[in-house]
Parts: sequence; structure tokens; C-alpha cells
Amino acid sequence: MKTYDYGSASSIRQALSQDGAYLAGGTTLVDLMKLEVVTPTRVVDINSLPLRGIHCTPLGLRIGALERMADVAVHHEVARRWSMVSTALALSASPQLRNMASIGGNLLQRTRCDYFRDVRMPCNKRKPGSGCPAVNGDNRMHAILGTSAACVATHASDLAVALVALDASIRSQDRHGERLLKLADFYRLPGDTPSVENQLRPGELITEVIVPALDWPQTYVKVRDRTSYEFALASAAVALDVHGGVVRDARIAVGGVGTRPWRLQAVEQALRGKPATEDSYLEAAKLAVVGAQPLAGNGFKVPLVQRTIARALAGAR
Amino acid sequence: MAGSVSRRGFLGSAAAASVVGTVTVAPGRAWADAVPPNRIRLSVNGKAYEIDADPTVTLLDALRERFGLTGTKKGCDRGQCGACTVHVDGRRVVSCLTLAIACAGKKVVTIEGIAAGDSLHPVQQAFVDCDGFQCGFCTSGQIMSAVEVVAQGTARSDEEIREAMSGNICRCGDYPNIVDAIKQCRVDQNRGAHS
Repeated sequence: MKTYDYGSASSIRQALSQDGAYLAGGTTLVDLMKLEVVTPTRVVDINSLPLRGIHCTPLGLRIGALERMADVAVHHEVARRWSMVSTALALSASPQLRNMASIGGNLLQRTRCDYFRDVRMPCNKRKPGSGCPAVNGDNRMHAILGTSAACVATHASDLAVALVALDASIRSQDRHGERLLKLADFYRLPGDTPSVENQLRPGELITEVIVPALDWPQTYVKVRDRTSYEFALASAAVALDVHGGVVRDARIAVGGVGTRPWRLQAVEQALRGKPATEDSYLEAAKLAVVGAQPLAGNGFKVPLVQRTIARALAGAR
Repeated sequence: MAGSVSRRGFLGSAAAASVVGTVTVAPGRAWADAVPPNRIRLSVNGKAYEIDADPTVTLLDALRERFGLTGTKKGCDRGQCGACTVHVDGRRVVSCLTLAIACAGKKVVTIEGIAAGDSLHPVQQAFVDCDGFQCGFCTSGQIMSAVEVVAQGTARSDEEIREAMSGNICRCGDYPNIVDAIKQCRVDQNRGAHS
């Protein structure tokens, strides 16, 4: 690990004034510092900040950015009213990592692309302009949606997929004040600048996640190489509003296939007014892969994500 | 073993840490205090340990290389195998991705700290009874995880126990016996509740 200064911030104002890398659970930051993928000169421990609390109101859910994944995953009211959030969290990482990792940190976790994580390799995300070995290399785990010639890395968060489906927002602060951002707009496509992954400004801190109420049956389905403790090959967060056997409305986002959490409004639109049957789900899911650009190693994700969506829609409770 | 020099001590990685008398906690220093303290104190298994405040040292390396608590194992050192699992403030974490300096003022418990004197912790005893290990390298991490799983009591079926233990990899593949050990603890817990 490259050396750095370390301090613990006792107030948000103090944290914002430090110009350092924020340390919450450390499951991404410490990992990447050890690999020297990130080399901050200053680390600001934010765990003493008052960014806790899980508040459920009739209008929605507010989660403090420092709440741990494990605590949100087992929260009864969250499980009852936003089950896709609890399920996505429960299917993430391992119990130890869920005990450690914060909600804000989860949304900022970096891609698991092996080229990104290996400083001996070129990577446009880590070292702009150095190239992308994944485009013609080992790309089985990589994205088919939202890719560019510069980067095909998948966004790794399960939670973010559920939150994008639920139209969640994040509250953030920097030295100039506070703002609210829709999570769907927060993540950027890689384009020519894959090193810029989101709209966060230098020193800006996520303080809270805000999720509107949605009382439709919902679920999160994650397909992976092993039963547990693995990143998604494809995942789907869905909520479905069905009356008299007909779909009135739907919310759908997918993970494991996009360079960012991928909302599928075209599929949602195609489902409205259709019978709530597996045939309708499979038919609508075809629209998920319009414009998909499979690579040599990940063509299987094209049919897989469609079936994952259909399975999730059939299983929404 | 004859003599007072252990293999590990002989190899030269003896603990450089000093054990101090009282458990004093150094709460996370506020940045405004400007000069970081050059020593930090950690509470491990109820004892206070003091080390240089090198912010790059992980809890795992502090335990093994500074304090001589080598029961906690270094497997992948990437947060992927669970061999280094310990408890910090009562929750299991991977110590390889935990900074030692961030544990000042917290209570760390390792495999060395769960037995009561010469009596094994019930989870340790269950691993012995059920042959819950083969080579043993992952075992201290497995047991530290299992202690939390048994205490939480929410994993009941084999499938639930396997999911709750999924953060601990056993390359010998002793998973069925590990599941049996956790089930035995649950049975013992229930007997205890009725006796």
C-alpha cells in the first residue's frame, strides 16, 4: 500500500474540508489501495459522522449513507415494503462484507473488471488513454449494454439496480451546499472518459438515499456462476402492478449486463395493457437487448438477461 | 515442545507489540487535532495492545505480525476467502480489509479470545465433534463466522446455514461437516434453553 495520512472526521463540515478519500466500510477503498489501483494521499474516516438511520414513512424510505448493508437487508419494514432492496442486499457479497460495507459506499463501488484491478495492465478507467484489453480479451463478465470502444466494464452493485428501478435519489453535500440527484442520472456512460463514473464532484459526499414508496409486488433475481457470494452474470429488479390479470404498470432495471445500472423503460412500456403471462414477459423482454453489443466472451448474456427479466416478472410477490 | 523458543519466534516474526496494563480506548482522533497520535491502542480479546500509528497496516497484519495472534489466518488478503474473519464490536468482518487504525476504541475478538480458559467455546467444541475441518487453515475464520451465525439463530435449514456461511471458503470442501457443527450448536442451544 502507498502511504497516506489518516484522520477521522468528527463533523460533515470537517470531512468536506479535507480533500481526501472517504473511508466508510473500506471494502472497496482498502482493497483497491492494497492493489494500488487507487492511491490517495489522504484518507478521511467518516464513520463517526451522523449519517445513520433507516426511516420508513408513508411517502418513502430514507437510508443514512453510513448504514451497513447487513442492517438494511434485515430491516423488517424495508423487507415488507421495498423487498427488491432487501433481496438485492441479501444476495450481495458475503455476510462479513455486508456487515462492513455502507450503503453510500455500495453505490460508489468500482467495477470488478480484472484489467481495472491489475495495475500492470492498461485500463482507460484507471489510466485514461492507456487502452482497454477487455474489448478483445477476457470479457465473459463484461457488459453488453452502454459500452464504448474505451470501456466495457460492468457496474457491480446489486443495490443500485433495485434503486434505479424504484426511482431513488441520493442526497449529497460538498463545500458549496447540498443537492439531490436521481440515481438513474447519477451514473455516467463510459463514452470516451470511463474514468469519470458518476456526477459526484471532488470532495462531494453522499449523505442519504431516498426511495419513493411503491406498493406493487416486486422482486430481485440474480443469476450467477455459483449459488452465493458472486457477482451477477445478469440480474433483474422488477415491480409489477397487475389488475384482473392485466399488467397496468411495471418498473424494471437490470444488472450484470450494463456499464451502469440499466433501467428498461421500453420493456415497461411494452408490458402495459398486456396479459400477466410468461409469454408477455418474454416478448417484452426482447426489447431489453435492442442495441446490445455482445463481445466474444459474453454473447450468452443476450438471452440470459431476457430470461432473467421474465423469471423476475413471474416471481414478483 | 522442549525449550522456550517457538517455531514462529525462531523464524523471527515474534510479536513486536507491547501489552499495556489497562484497556484504554483512543477514540478516533478528530482531524482538527492536527497531529495524529503516533501510537494507537487496540482492545483485542479484552487486552490492550499498542502499536505505531501506521495507517496502512490492516487489522489482520497488526494481529499476526505485531501482536503475535497468528490464529487469524491470511488467505487471499483480498476480502474473498474469509480466513481472516474476526469480530469488531460484536460483528464478524474480514480483517484483511479493515485498517487497524480505524479500530482504535473498538473491541476486537479473535479465535484466541472465545474459549473460556481451557474450556472450548461451544462452536469450537462442535467443530471438533463434527470433524468440521480437514487441513484447518480456514477453520478459525469458519468458527468466528459460525459464532455469529449461531448467535443470530436465523439460519436453520442446511441451505440457510450454507448461505450464512458463504463468506468462508474451505478448499478441502468440508462444508457438510461445518453445517453439521452449526446444527449441533443449535441443538445444544435449545437443550440449554429447556434445562
